[in-house]
Amino acid sequence: MEAQHVDVRNLCVTVRRPDGSPLRIVDDVSFSIARGEVLALIGESGSGKTTIALSLMGYARIGASISGDITVGDATLDGTGKATLAAQRGHRITYVAQSAAAAFNPSRRVIEQVIEPALIHRTATAAEARAHAVTLFEALALPNPATIGSRYPHELSGGQLQRLMAAMALITRPDLVIFDEPTTALDVTTQVEVLQAFRKVVREQGATGVYVSHDLAVVAQMADQILVLNRGTVREQNAVRAVLETPADDYTKTLLAAARPVIKAAAPIAAVGKPLLSIEGINAGYGSVDRNGRAAHPVLTDVSLQIGRGAAVGVIGESGSGKSTVARVVAGLLVPTAGTVSLDGQPLAASLKGRTREELRRIQIVFQNADVALNPAHSVGEILGRVLRFYHCTSGAALTSRVAELLDLIKLPAAIADRRCDELSGGQKQRVNLARALAAQPDVILCDEVTSALDTVVREAILELLAELRRDLGVAYLFISHDIATVKALCDEIVVLYKGTRVESGLRDTYAAPPFHPYTDLLISSVPELRTDWLSGVGSQGKVPFAHLPESADLCRFLPRCPVAIAGRCDVSLPPLRTMAAGNAVLCHRTEAELAGEFA
Amino acid sequence: MNVASIIRGARRLPLSGKIGLALVIFWIIVAVIGPFIAPYPPGSFANEEVFAGSSRQFWLGSDFLGRDVLSRLLSGARFTVGLSVVAVAIAASIGTGFALTAAVGPRWVDELLSRAMDTLISIPSKIFALVLVAAFGSSLVLLTLIIAITYVPGNFRIARSLAVGLARLDYVEVARARGEGRLHLALVEVLPNMIKPLFADIGLRFVFIVLLLSGLSFLGLGLQPPDADLGSLVRENTSGLAEGALAIIAPAAAIASLTVGVNLLIDAATQGKAH
Amino acid sequence: MSGASPVSRWRGPARLVAKRTGLALVTLVLVSAVIFTISGLLPGDAAQEVLGQGATPEQIAALRHEMGLDRPAVVRYFEWLRGIAIGDPGQSLVANKPVADIISERLPNTLILAGLTTLFSVPIAFLVGIASAVTRGQATDRALNIMTLAMVALPEFLVATIAVLVFSVKLLWLPSITIVPQDPTLGEFLRAYAMPVMVLGVGVIAQLGRMIRAAIIAELDRPYVEMARLKGVSPRRLIFRHVLPNAVGPIVNSMALSLSYLFGGAIIVETIFSYPGLASLMVNAVTSRDMPLLQACAMLFCATYLLLVLIADTVAILANPRLRQG
Repeated sequence: MEAQHVDVRNLCVTVRRPDGSPLRIVDDVSFSIARGEVLALIGESGSGKTTIALSLMGYARIGASISGDITVGDATLDGTGKATLAAQRGHRITYVAQSAAAAFNPSRRVIEQVIEPALIHRTATAAEARAHAVTLFEALALPNPATIGSRYPHELSGGQLQRLMAAMALITRPDLVIFDEPTTALDVTTQVEVLQAFRKVVREQGATGVYVSHDLAVVAQMADQILVLNRGTVREQNAVRAVLETPADDYTKTLLAAARPVIKAAAPIAAVGKPLLSIEGINAGYGSVDRNGRAAHPVLTDVSLQIGRGAAVGVIGESGSGKSTVARVVAGLLVPTAGTVSLDGQPLAASLKGRTREELRRIQIVFQNADVALNPAHSVGEILGRVLRFYHCTSGAALTSRVAELLDLIKLPAAIADRRCDELSGGQKQRVNLARALAAQPDVILCDEVTSALDTVVREAILELLAELRRDLGVAYLFISHDIATVKALCDEIVVLYKGTRVESGLRDTYAAPPFHPYTDLLISSVPELRTDWLSGVGSQGKVPFAHLPESADLCRFLPRCPVAIAGRCDVSLPPLRTMAAGNAVLCHRTEAELAGEFA
Repeated sequence: MNVASIIRGARRLPLSGKIGLALVIFWIIVAVIGPFIAPYPPGSFANEEVFAGSSRQFWLGSDFLGRDVLSRLLSGARFTVGLSVVAVAIAASIGTGFALTAAVGPRWVDELLSRAMDTLISIPSKIFALVLVAAFGSSLVLLTLIIAITYVPGNFRIARSLAVGLARLDYVEVARARGEGRLHLALVEVLPNMIKPLFADIGLRFVFIVLLLSGLSFLGLGLQPPDADLGSLVRENTSGLAEGALAIIAPAAAIASLTVGVNLLIDAATQGKAH
Repeated sequence: MSGASPVSRWRGPARLVAKRTGLALVTLVLVSAVIFTISGLLPGDAAQEVLGQGATPEQIAALRHEMGLDRPAVVRYFEWLRGIAIGDPGQSLVANKPVADIISERLPNTLILAGLTTLFSVPIAFLVGIASAVTRGQATDRALNIMTLAMVALPEFLVATIAVLVFSVKLLWLPSITIVPQDPTLGEFLRAYAMPVMVLGVGVIAQLGRMIRAAIIAELDRPYVEMARLKGVSPRRLIFRHVLPNAVGPIVNSMALSLSYLFGGAIIVETIFSYPGLASLMVNAVTSRDMPLLQACAMLFCATYLLLVLIADTVAILANPRLRQG
């Protein structure tokens, strides 16, 4: 058998705990990659996948030490081969980081940084490197490839920066390229373009690839082999299709199950009388308000939705859609410039100051990042106790037992009440976050991206918990997320926001098949599926007739990206709200028949 | 933060930190019991010889009038340490109090306070102290207040940036959404998370205050006779500079050991966060 | 944006700089109000000071009227402010000379002292700061850290005392009082200034060195530095081509802060070495309650500090591409 391009034997990476004892974050990992193949390192946070990827370059973060045998081509970790791995860094072995915005130097132009590896390692002259860079930009489908390099990083978008980073990694024509979660920080609609671009250039170059990710569906498109990692050990290594279709290891099976969230069926409660929470015609934004009542930085325009008692309504949107702002307006943290929020038919004051304690109690908000949503100086018991004392004036023995009840509801041991919040894991913190909301015994819980920062397996568990709480307590949710699969799993009704406008809303089942709004269609088709041929089937975005037009508040927001816009109508007036036969509402000039037909 | 965790923390300090801690504890003890263990009353002319060197009777020699340097040092240290501690406590209370108000209150309060403090910070601290002394004089109480006021803007700036950063975090928003009042937000949610970095700043201010007080006394604008702090002792004995008399070196070195000790301690205690 | 005409490219930063300048001027005016108010709150009175204890109330009232002290405070303030703006801050109460004359005698001395100290300490501070930042956590860094920590905490009169002891008393190299002879040779000049510059410089080197270290380390912890390392960039190139350009803002601000520290330090140093500068003039003004002189000196120091901060802000704006484009 010919020697593999990358060969790793018994790799161990050790760090020192605060008390001095050693901790193995990577434990006896071995694998190999053939030349030209792409290996994916799959695992959750703490699995050691990034650490392993960095060790392939002989790089360890401060405080960590690497031991074991690593060979890439003719370079080895300790230099017993022809060269050390460290010397190959940026030259024969290159790296594409997770966050492109942070990885670029903000004070230097992009082109200088892209050609820098070629200059340091002397693989080309400056002029040659610049020309090569421009060819790479074209291959990566970047706009204005000849001039984009003269910009500074803060002038470009996340998707563009990520592709520029790939160009930076390919400029020296490396043998091995390491991609470290490069699309995790991107919107799902941007992710598709970036993945297509990456796959194309890596294949053209004939380079070997290592792709680190936690997202099985993305990895299915990019990799030939998958290595499943858990807490620094290898659980399974096999060809992609084998792992996806016939996983051998239990952990892999858990990961796969979590990647296909099951719909938590809940009997939709029949709407009786007025809806519990009603939002009508909300305009909101930041900055000073001008004479016409418009905010300097508008975020939401004419958003309306209703939540019935015990119902779960999901709000989907990508970055810039204003979905989190909806939650803040409902909670009273942001005063809208127009529109009303009503609870049980009674309008609520726009800001916190005007609301009574009872009104505040009935609507509770849970934030995304549990690390900053819980006060690190307080213990779990103190946090929950405060809410109980504040709303229900509970104290003494009743308080202690109620805290224990709440902890039981969220499936955590009662002893955790004495622990400080910074001692808990991510999943535990999010549960406590939920418990804090439940302690008030609210009617509605606003969940603002509560599962987005969690690993897939933990996410599953939290969704399970949310569904169970809804069944047992009858609490309603406004569930905000960017991930349509998560929202579908939990919510009966889904609202789609695009740049602050509600473009579609309807029951969950109406999203199974067209007719949808063109943006909804783009969103659904951009979500990678767990089969290896998905990416090739997606195709490019197609012709967009009005790509050159700037966005305007007086026209459909989606116009610059819409493939089915009608000249003479979409660029002249605001679209009407149409109700489809299935019951969903779509904001579009196109008729139901057209929408159903176009996307069939 | 109970006693056991403080002792554990102290044990884990590097060597420089332990030296600093030892010096600080030493000076605290001296400040408290100093005058009671002085061999001679501070004002008495014990030695006939002026600017004598170190001897069995006079551990640190005698000063320009023949008085025992050690005794004068022990009572002078009480003034230096005591006054500085009171001044830093006042400065920190006012500064942090304003900072918390700015962080959880309405925007105009923050704007107003920040503008005011920015203006005061534009006056270099020694200059500000000089102007205040010129206007109000330097009795014991006035001096303490003047020194405290000089350092309020600096403390405010640090405390405000900490407080505002914390007030933006989600857990404060959650408390606000609950309907908690401003006092609760400031004292229960924000302040406990500020304490550690704030202590480091307070320690540094203490060092500045000791230096300012000593500087003022050295210029004759600080403590007035018959009171004498360590800076005044240096001033009295300047004529001994050319001889290299112990009488001028001892108080200067005493001040330095206090300030350096505090600095070493603070630097070692904040090691964990910084690097 | 690239391709814009040269004039419009500067409009963004020019506006920012103009705003900062305006702000600095407003602050200066507010500072003047603060200083005037404080020094005007004294219970004693300039007329009383001049005439002494034995004066009768009528004599004091007459002199007060003659000196214009019985006019309302606001009027006096604006008179004084106008005087400061045109360079004539009134008459010294003690010396009976115009304040402007007294100050202009002493100002060059302080400028020379400040200039020499800056020339001496800033390069050393950079060396110390960069060396510590680059060897972070290792022996060099720890040693430099302890040294600068101690240097920052030392009172100037201790450093001066020891310096005089070592260089004047024991070694007899340098004079213990700074007297600059007329038309000095370079050697005489350096010998006269050596000790005051050294003593002042100790504090500046330590403070500025620590702040430079902190600024560089703050940049070293940012993700783009790790990315550069993974590209194979050498440590030297990393510091000079990647980190320093980003650290310019905080470093220049630290320089302004440290140089303002010079004013405070100069007060002690000029007194110890009997150096005829602005700082010792100010001390005399305090002791003799010569308010016009005191106010003028204080305003001069504050204006200089605000100017330094303004320059620092301008450099920081120009060094940041985001702000450069306005």
